[in-house]
This record gives sequence, C-alpha cells and structure tokens, in this order.
Amino acid sequence: MELLVIFISAALVNNFVLSYFLGICPFIGVSNKTSSAISMGMATTFVMVLTAIVSWLLFNLVLVPYKLEFLQIPSFILVIAALVQFVEMVIKKVSQPLYRALGIFLPLITTNCAILGLALLAAMREYGFLESVIFGVGAGAGFTLALVIMAGIREELDLADVPKPFRGAPITLIVAGILALAFMGFAGMI
Amino acid sequence: MKKQVSHIKEFTKGLWEINPIFKQILGTCPTLAVTVSIVNGIAMALATTFVLVFSSLMISLIRKLIPSQVRIATYIVVIASFVTIVDLVMKAQFPELSKSLGPFIPLIVVNCIILGRAEAFASKNGPLRSVLDALGNGAGFFIALVVMSGIREILGSRTFFGYQVLPNAFEPWLIMILPAGAFIVFGLLMGFSNLYVERKKNLEREALISQYRRVGREEITDDVLKEAGV
Repeated sequence: MELLVIFISAALVNNFVLSYFLGICPFIGVSNKTSSAISMGMATTFVMVLTAIVSWLLFNLVLVPYKLEFLQIPSFILVIAALVQFVEMVIKKVSQPLYRALGIFLPLITTNCAILGLALLAAMREYGFLESVIFGVGAGAGFTLALVIMAGIREELDLADVPKPFRGAPITLIVAGILALAFMGFAGMI
Repeated sequence: MKKQVSHIKEFTKGLWEINPIFKQILGTCPTLAVTVSIVNGIAMALATTFVLVFSSLMISLIRKLIPSQVRIATYIVVIASFVTIVDLVMKAQFPELSKSLGPFIPLIVVNCIILGRAEAFASKNGPLRSVLDALGNGAGFFIALVVMSGIREILGSRTFFGYQVLPNAFEPWLIMILPAGAFIVFGLLMGFSNLYVERKKNLEREALISQYRRVGREEITDDVLKEAGV
C-alpha cells in the first residue's frame, strides 16, 4: 500500500516535470513529435530506475557507513554519468534497433536534472531500497506521461495561429502551465 | 581568430544580449522552481553565480592541462566541488533558506548555464575574461530570477521581500505561487522579450532605409540590409 502511494505520488500528484520542475530542458526540447517523446521517456525511465538502485546502494552502503555524506553530490553525478555511458554500451551490444531508437537521447540524459533530482530526493527522504526503486519507476512513468501529452498537444499547436513572438518556447511554457493546472486535479488522490 | 571584444563588453553581453534565461533558454528548472518568493530567487541566483564564477576561473586556469576526451567529466567534478561548498555553507549558515530551496542547491551541478559557459567560453579564454563572462551571465540570471520572483510574489502573496505591498482588498492570485503560474509567467515574459527584440529590429531597419533614401541610394535589397546587420 505504502509503495502504491509512492508510485502514484511520483507519477501523477507530484509529477516530476509539472510540479517539481525537474527535466524541463528535454520537456521543451524533445516534445516536438510523439514518437521521439516516447523514446526519450523510455530511455529516461530506464536510467532513472538504474540510478535509483545504484545511488541507494552507494549512499547507504558506502557513504553513510564511512561518514562521507558530504561527497554525495560529486559521487552521485559521477555515478549517473558512468551509468549512462555503460547503458549506452550495453544497448549497443545487445540490441541494435533499440540503440538506433534511443541513441541520440542517451547522452542527453546525463544532464537531465530529473535523474540527479531523483537520487537526491530519495536520499533526502530516507527511502528504503524497494521504495527507492518504486520511486524511480513512478518518476519515470510521470516524466514519460508529461512528455507524451505535451508532444501530442504540440503536434496540434503547429496548426494553430500563434502570434509570432510567442512561437516555440513561450507558447510551450504557457501550455505546460495549463497542463500543470490539469495535473493539480490529481491532488486529491492521496 | 575572432576579433577580441573589450573587457566591459565581455561582462555586459550576459545581461541582455545572451541572457542565459531569455535568450539561451538554459537553466530553466531553477528559474521555474524557486521563484515563489524574491528571497528564494535572490539566494538561488547568488549561489549559482558563485559556482559559475569560481568554476569558470578554475576551468580557465587548467584548460590547457585537460585532455579533450575527458573534459566534460572534469568540468562536472570541478562544478560539483563548488556546489558542495555552497550546499554545506548554506546548510550551516541559513538552514531555513536551504530547506525551502530543497534539492535545488545540489541541482546547480546540472544547471546547463554553468556547463554551457565552461564548454563555450572558459575552455577557450583566459582567466580574466572567463570571470567577467561568468559574472555577466550570473548577473543576467540574477535579473531574470528577480523579475520572475518579483511578479510571482507581489501577485501571488501580495508581498515584496516579505512586506505587504498590495492592500487587503486585492485578492491574491493563488495560481502565481502554484507550479502552473511559474510556467505561465515564464512563457509570457519570454514572449514579450521576443516582441521587444523584434520591434527594436524593425525600428533599426526602418531607420537605415530612410538613411539610405536621404543619401540617394535607391537600391535597398535584403543583401544590403543583411550586410548592415539589421
């Protein structure tokens, strides 16, 4: 039950993009087409779950016992960078089609603040191992959902007559604001 | 080699010309997240500027020692060290502020402004220029955050720096302090800044055309205008 609450909270109520403002760069940058939004969302979810696992192990088995918590920031970011590199190599070896689909999005994920944010939030809230993993899955699902909805809206938006100075990023942000309002409707769920 | 610009220009270009928020659209996450109140906005801008200036200085000093294959990793380690300093100092000196900014102080590590300036500027220029460039970009970020948080705090909670500025008769716009308000204010600000730039460009263009008319030069093609840079 507890785990379900964490999942729903991370995916819908406290959506990473629309209420924590994490991962805005890819949200604006890669939400032009639904297909690339789905790929980006899947790649990010995958890295998020791995990060949740590895950063929990690192924090609770290495940093805390040796009283090295002050190294949290540099060690997390290095782990994420290494992890992304590693995932890229594995996918390249194992599945060529998947590599071609995700290829360009993978390096971008290192600098996605949603990943580091996830690791930091999980450590800050002192989640257990299973909770951390579920938190990662929920955050990834929420990120993918927001990205795909936004891409769907933007495909329609191309046909709309938007005033010239507002085309591109400004109108995307305003639409995101309306989307964030809609997501507030989930607030009563937990 | 491009012509060297003056030191003053190196600083002032960050304020508006290449303003990290409105022009480069970098570092949007903290801009949206922490601008609920002006105190938070200023704290965030100062923390980011500190990290930006010192990591630019450091990277510029060691730029010739870093092999280009591992430069991004090196930059991240340098940036992460300075962020750790800021995080620990803020936790010790301003615990309340640190709590209200939440994970956004550690997240300065992945703020694209810092990595962007390191890669685009500090890795190619001397220490003095890099520091000036970093200060300029930091100031540009500061301006953007103050404007955003000022609007949101005044309309959303009727206060400015915590003091009430609007009368009680004014119903606070709750949306301004919600996440949705952040997106909408940012979108509108960006749109209006585009509008302003476009207006200014058109005015310059018209001024140039009328100037050409006066000196009797008849043919004003797009190429001529492009050459004049308008």
